[in-house]
Amino acid sequence: METPQYNTAIVRSFIHWSLLWGVVAILVGILISFQLIRPELNLPPYLTYGRLRPLHTNAGIFGWAIGTFFALFLYMVQRLCRRPLWSDRLARFQLWFFNATIIVAAVTLLLGYSQSKEYHELEWPVDLMVVVLWVIFSINIIMTVIKRREEQMYVSLWFMLASLVGVAVLFLVNGAAVPVSWFKSYSAFAGTNDANVQWWYGHNAVAMVLTAPPLAVFYYFLPKATGAPIYSHRLSIVAFWSLIFMYLWTGAHHLLWTPIPDWIQTLAMAFSIMLIAPSWGSVVNGYLSMNGQWHQMRENYLVKFLVLGITFYGLQTLQGPLQAVRSFSGFIHYTDWVPGHVHMGTMGWVSLVLFAAIYYLVPRLYGNELYSIPMANLHFWLVLSGQLLYSVSMWIAGVQQAGMWHAMNPDGSLTYSFMETLVEMYPYYWARAFSGIIYVAGVGLFIGNLVLTARKGKAKDVTPVPAGAAS
Amino acid sequence: MSAPSWEKKPILFLLLATATILVGTIVTMVLPFAWVNSEEERIAGITPYAPLELEGRDVYIREGCNNCHTQTVRPLVAEVVRYGDYSRSGEFVYDRPHLWGSRRTGPDLARIGGKYPDAWHFQHMAEPQSIVPRSNMPAYAFLSAQGVDPSGIRRKMEVLGFPFTEEQLDALAGKTEMDALVAYMQKLGRDLPRGEGSTPVAPTELTNPFAGDAAAVAEGALLYTEHCASCHGADQQGGIGPELTDGWDDGDLFSLIYAGVPEGGMPGFSSLGQERVWKIVNYLQSGGR
Repeated sequence: METPQYNTAIVRSFIHWSLLWGVVAILVGILISFQLIRPELNLPPYLTYGRLRPLHTNAGIFGWAIGTFFALFLYMVQRLCRRPLWSDRLARFQLWFFNATIIVAAVTLLLGYSQSKEYHELEWPVDLMVVVLWVIFSINIIMTVIKRREEQMYVSLWFMLASLVGVAVLFLVNGAAVPVSWFKSYSAFAGTNDANVQWWYGHNAVAMVLTAPPLAVFYYFLPKATGAPIYSHRLSIVAFWSLIFMYLWTGAHHLLWTPIPDWIQTLAMAFSIMLIAPSWGSVVNGYLSMNGQWHQMRENYLVKFLVLGITFYGLQTLQGPLQAVRSFSGFIHYTDWVPGHVHMGTMGWVSLVLFAAIYYLVPRLYGNELYSIPMANLHFWLVLSGQLLYSVSMWIAGVQQAGMWHAMNPDGSLTYSFMETLVEMYPYYWARAFSGIIYVAGVGLFIGNLVLTARKGKAKDVTPVPAGAAS
Repeated sequence: MSAPSWEKKPILFLLLATATILVGTIVTMVLPFAWVNSEEERIAGITPYAPLELEGRDVYIREGCNNCHTQTVRPLVAEVVRYGDYSRSGEFVYDRPHLWGSRRTGPDLARIGGKYPDAWHFQHMAEPQSIVPRSNMPAYAFLSAQGVDPSGIRRKMEVLGFPFTEEQLDALAGKTEMDALVAYMQKLGRDLPRGEGSTPVAPTELTNPFAGDAAAVAEGALLYTEHCASCHGADQQGGIGPELTDGWDDGDLFSLIYAGVPEGGMPGFSSLGQERVWKIVNYLQSGGR
């Protein structure tokens, strides 16, 4: 009998492609950040802000984040189940279908084929491609788990499996639409119902794509990086189940003060506050796993990425509930505060954790040491400062604009016209555009470091499954 | 230590996780269908989109206007003063999808219909900075070169079940996407009866407090440039709006600017406040033209 082999080639391929889509997402983000200051940079019809912004978010979420999760899930599931993938051919098909979907998505978005729903813009045929992609991915993961050779499922597997079903439910319901032609459809829901369904989807896409999967990655790679186990299994259990229970109640905090029924808004507000507990359950579990290991923050670049990542997760899950309170939402909603918040999650939490996991894997996939640790450290500081400049400038901008929007004279008239508030934003928009350049410089170093590591090493397509305990 | 059985049984685990996420889903996403868009929420006068308006809405979606413009006014005082009466659920029953948006890089558009004349929109879409000098809105002049497709619009109307007449479809011949988008803009918020709070009550005392104040004339000139010149011309020679002529009474001019002439396409400027409207009046009456 042949020795069973982990499939590492597929992990490597997904990492390559997700890095490419990640760079596309950042570059489009930088372009649109300049368009907001220099409208002449809009090149209609294809390259206007209105069409490029969905391309930026879709490339970031579907290309970079989900592409990397495909790589890391396929890696983790084999090791946590101590067996090869259920189907290597399905995984290989998934790789090519993934890239085809991303390309079709990019082209159709630039052509203006859009359902208009945030983070669910893709029109119905592309939507169906996403569904096929998710189904074949889920089958491969679930079958590998079912046929595992390790009795207990580690916490990372819980988050992975939950995200598989969560994304499926959200995407199918929110995507329900009546086609009119090949590239035009109308939502199955109307008006206020449509808004409520959309933000049930929109907020839980954050839960099932940008929270559960990076937590799965964090719970796996933090112990790998430090050599010390997760502090508390019981805390993992409590945090996991309460997180996936509470998240689904909170979507309407995106709709405070809108015409959706007040009781839905109030429930969303209350559950958003309660959600601090399970979110911080994982943060505290991460911090306490560092007991006795804090010196590694100086010595181990992987730990730096992971600990800062979970720290931004902690900050994100405090700021989010704050914004979900009616009074504060009334002030801050619709301003630039919100993109500041979102980018702390994406550029901070999610990307920092993904950088760490990729740094951990690439030398192993190429049987080599990382080319340069100083480069990795510089990468860390560049992306950290880029992200902080982005978020802090947008928070200040948001508070200023909110204050100006709401300012009134004693006779009940408005103190500022809309344009007077917008022109005050331009200096902050310059800072934001500059922050993107800092960030992409960091990512450039990251990719350069990986390329140099790969060049000196030799790609390994398979790794033997160890006979002992799972790792 | 033995682990709980769900940690060892993936199928059981998947069922439990699915049930867990369905609880909040059912309460906050499924149940509201019983209340929302029901008879109680119906508002008399809200009508479906006409063929040209619907096509304009689809252009709005295609161009991603919702990335920068919201379409829902919250019941907050500054917001009602700035945009008009707050939004009601029943206004949106024909909106598939909704276009409430999440970010106001530009202003809210829920009550834009009827605020400006068509000519304002045509010029603003083609070259936004010609009307709002420091605006960051992209130019959409290319829409004027793209015709609409009547047979495609017929299919859309049929799929949505909106009523239409053959005359309406015949009238689409020769229309451009720009015509459609402007028709959509003029539909927004138009069906809702104007609430009492949204019509400003002009003050009863109508004397120009700045008469003879040279500093106020200069301030009035700046206000004119920002708020009036785009339609009435830098030298009051007219344009989208009429030429501004002499011979007005201070109080009449104030009332006209303050409340606007909705049927004539002139927006009211009560949101600027009485003081600034008086400064504009003072500037116009000072012979500063």
